Amino acid sequence: MGGSEGVRHHPLQPHPSFPMPHSEGEWDFYWCDVSWLRENFDHTYMDEHVRISHFRNHYELTRKNYMVKNLKRFRKQLEREAGKLEAAKCDFFPKTFEMPCEYHLFVEEFRKNPGITWIMKPVARSQGKGIFLFRRLKDIMDWRKGNAGKKLTSLEAQPARSTANPSGSHDARSSDDQKEDIPVENYVAQRYIENPYLIGGRKFDLRVYVLVMSYIPLRAWLYRDGFARFSNTRFTLSSIDDQYVHLTNVAVQKTSPDYHPKKGCKWMLQRFRQYLASKHGPEAVETLFSDMDNIFIRSLQSVQKVIISDKHCFELYGYDILIDQDLKPWLLEVNASPSLTASSQEDYELKTCLLEDTLHVVDMEARLTGREKRVGGFDLMWNDGPVSREEGPPDLSGMGNFVTNTHLGCVNDRKKQLRQLFRSLQGQKKASS
Amino acid sequence: MLQEESDLSLVIAQIVQKLKGSSLYAQLERQAWASLQRPEIKLESLKEDIKEYFKISGWEKKLQNAVYSELSVFPSPSHPAAPPEHLKEPLVYMRKAQGSWEKRILKSLNSMCTELSIPLARKRPVGEQKELLNKWNEMGTDEPDLSLFRPVYAPKDFLEVLINLRNPNYENGDSLSFRTHLGLIQVPLKVKDIPELKEFFVELGLTTGQLGIDDSTQVPPELFENEHVRIGQKVLAEQDSAAAQQYIRQGSPTALRAELWALILNISSQPEDILYYEQLKTNVIQHDLLVDSLIYKDVKLTASNDDYYFVFEDYLYQVLLCFSRDTSVLGHFAYNSASPPKSYIRGKLGLEEYAVFYPPNGVIPFHGFSMYVAPLCFLYHEPSKLYQIFREMYVRFFFRLHSISSHPSGIVSLCLLFETLLQTYLPQLFYHLREIGAQPLRISFKWMVRAFSGYLATDQLLLLWDRILGYNSLEILAVLAAAVFAFRAVNLMEVTSLAAAEAVLADLSTLKVMPLLQIFLFATVT
Repeated sequence: MGGSEGVRHHPLQPHPSFPMPHSEGEWDFYWCDVSWLRENFDHTYMDEHVRISHFRNHYELTRKNYMVKNLKRFRKQLEREAGKLEAAKCDFFPKTFEMPCEYHLFVEEFRKNPGITWIMKPVARSQGKGIFLFRRLKDIMDWRKGNAGKKLTSLEAQPARSTANPSGSHDARSSDDQKEDIPVENYVAQRYIENPYLIGGRKFDLRVYVLVMSYIPLRAWLYRDGFARFSNTRFTLSSIDDQYVHLTNVAVQKTSPDYHPKKGCKWMLQRFRQYLASKHGPEAVETLFSDMDNIFIRSLQSVQKVIISDKHCFELYGYDILIDQDLKPWLLEVNASPSLTASSQEDYELKTCLLEDTLHVVDMEARLTGREKRVGGFDLMWNDGPVSREEGPPDLSGMGNFVTNTHLGCVNDRKKQLRQLFRSLQGQKKASS
Repeated sequence: MLQEESDLSLVIAQIVQKLKGSSLYAQLERQAWASLQRPEIKLESLKEDIKEYFKISGWEKKLQNAVYSELSVFPSPSHPAAPPEHLKEPLVYMRKAQGSWEKRILKSLNSMCTELSIPLARKRPVGEQKELLNKWNEMGTDEPDLSLFRPVYAPKDFLEVLINLRNPNYENGDSLSFRTHLGLIQVPLKVKDIPELKEFFVELGLTTGQLGIDDSTQVPPELFENEHVRIGQKVLAEQDSAAAQQYIRQGSPTALRAELWALILNISSQPEDILYYEQLKTNVIQHDLLVDSLIYKDVKLTASNDDYYFVFEDYLYQVLLCFSRDTSVLGHFAYNSASPPKSYIRGKLGLEEYAVFYPPNGVIPFHGFSMYVAPLCFLYHEPSKLYQIFREMYVRFFFRLHSISSHPSGIVSLCLLFETLLQTYLPQLFYHLREIGAQPLRISFKWMVRAFSGYLATDQLLLLWDRILGYNSLEILAVLAAAVFAFRAVNLMEVTSLAAAEAVLADLSTLKVMPLLQIFLFATVT
């Protein structure tokens, strides 16, 4: 099997059933880079049993501008079908405008809300690169002088035109394939959340892992562990130029002058959940976490029809969530290649266990029955419908206590569970043979 | 009988004296006057009616809580003619040892002061005051040059002093006999053995529900947890300190813990408390003390490097800097064997009128001191409340962990308790470790001095501190230390050096405190 750097090599080595490939192309399981995928997926033949770790057009979910479009469309559809209340459940994404094509809509919204802060993010870059905050249109004049701005200027000179295909999906190549010669980087301008929840005066965001095994039908698992990433400096709206205050990616924090590598500036989600419970009580925390479940499911549902669902594909997403002072969670973005390099011992353990459990769910060895609701640290969150914590058929009448089968930030006794699971599977196999 | 009665009346008199100076007394007086307006108060039965009114309105409860709070640190009854030093510490040799230890600390502090040519205290220039005020909520961003400062002492220096403690009246003899202590502590203090501990910690028994055990995922909450939470809410509604203390022996639910601890410590945030804290803050702004740099250094070295407490760095400065200026802390030296260091105004050495306590609260911080505050940041977010809770925890419990005394919760007794437990119930392990030069106390001392802060996971630490409050004793620290050794005994039997033993016991963050304690106390075959 092939693979790339980082922590991935470690858990994969002891698997005796995965012999190394003899030559390029001879693999059963590939944890691939998105660049390889883009170039090779379309002309690679895969056997039935083969698995690959990305969906062909995952960028529908992970590129900020596409995700916004898909979410907006999904919301409209929900409003038509199920009413305003149901559609409001999709309001977990701060108001976003694609730049440069939605520049005028953005300016309209900007003028309606004077004085608020906006954040400009490049669509396809990661690790906090190229992001900046602004409050006045003057501040983006510099940006306009750059490549994206030039495109805006030329677009403004042309009649209005939509860049989306009628089917609603996007072809990755079309954004490059413009009439203009300059290769342009698209941005999104997003309303900046000015009242983030602070701990110790610091801003943080949450990284949560969601494993999608298929889109049609939608099967998604939620990992119990995750972490809160803290900004190294104290939060204040007075210094929006200070990247280190506002951006919580570890990659950015690592370059901050305050950064001490031993610190790691991360809290495991269990600790975070306990902290909130002791401050706000268990009910408020339950509500917050079920609102987060809502984010995961709705975001996946919004791209369900556009993602090319290939039975060979699965994907481990890293969701970035920000909590505000009213304990409302906001979706910042979804990552298709969440960082698997470890910043501390605890982090290393989390990521190795995460990968191990991913492999268990992918189940190359075909040990699982397919009816499991929990595998190691993963809980089955959505199986073509909500999955209940309780046993037995789901209570579809809407009454009764439906509690979703998610345990984010809860105790993760995965070793014990895996032992029990595989022992009972072995028992079942023996019984049926 | 007569003696007991007169002892009791003496205690009552002393507590009344103490409470008369408190704000509660003024409030009660005001309430009594205000109640005269009420129709049910009749002149003929004035006393009974007011008493009845106090009972109904909850003021009696507040008084009860205050009395209970005083009793918890009240020194045990002694001879009425005993001088005040006896109340601090009855044993002369302990007092002497504490005195010479203090002299050493002070010498170290003074020499650091002279070496670095920094005054012990100085008034800040106005510009600096303004700057500090602006930065008050983010003092952690400051990176002053602290390379020349050293902590005044570290726990292991203190351990050496304790090892050399000897009772001059106790003949140890040069020859080893069955009376010889095989451990490091060589003073004959009375410590509890396991049967006595079982009785003392009866609520931790196998048949009683515990948070930390009976709230784990496999146990259905109907069995214990739900009822326990309900009782907790009732205790809080009643505002009864004594009931809360009894309740918390089985652990506190996460959501109720902050309020329960405040109730047990009898902390209520009155406007005068907030004002007092602001006053301390002003003192910090106006004057700079040498100990401030020691505090800074300690926070940067310990709490800031901790994976979970680094977030609270700023709160730590806000609490500790104010703490060193709080002269009300001097009150606890009446029952602490330690005495506050005295310093003299320049040029007036020896003249009592020019003596000041340095630092103003009389407590010189050592390496790791800030870890007493860090776990509290998890529960309290309002600086003045956090401050009050920490101060109360210090003057009730933490001071005993770094002063030499014969008190059953004092660090000397804890060390001896730990060693005795290990020697009695794990003799093979104890002997093995001693033979390879890894005396167990050398490893467990730092855990006990810090009350396990920074060594255990936060939720486990809070469950442990629940029991410290519940039993009003630090003995549980020694029991836990022994239980940890018992838990890792198999690995420890394999090691052949002190370094290897340290490595086996380096990481306690995965330990579950309550099962360990329960097994050690109630389920080990003795």
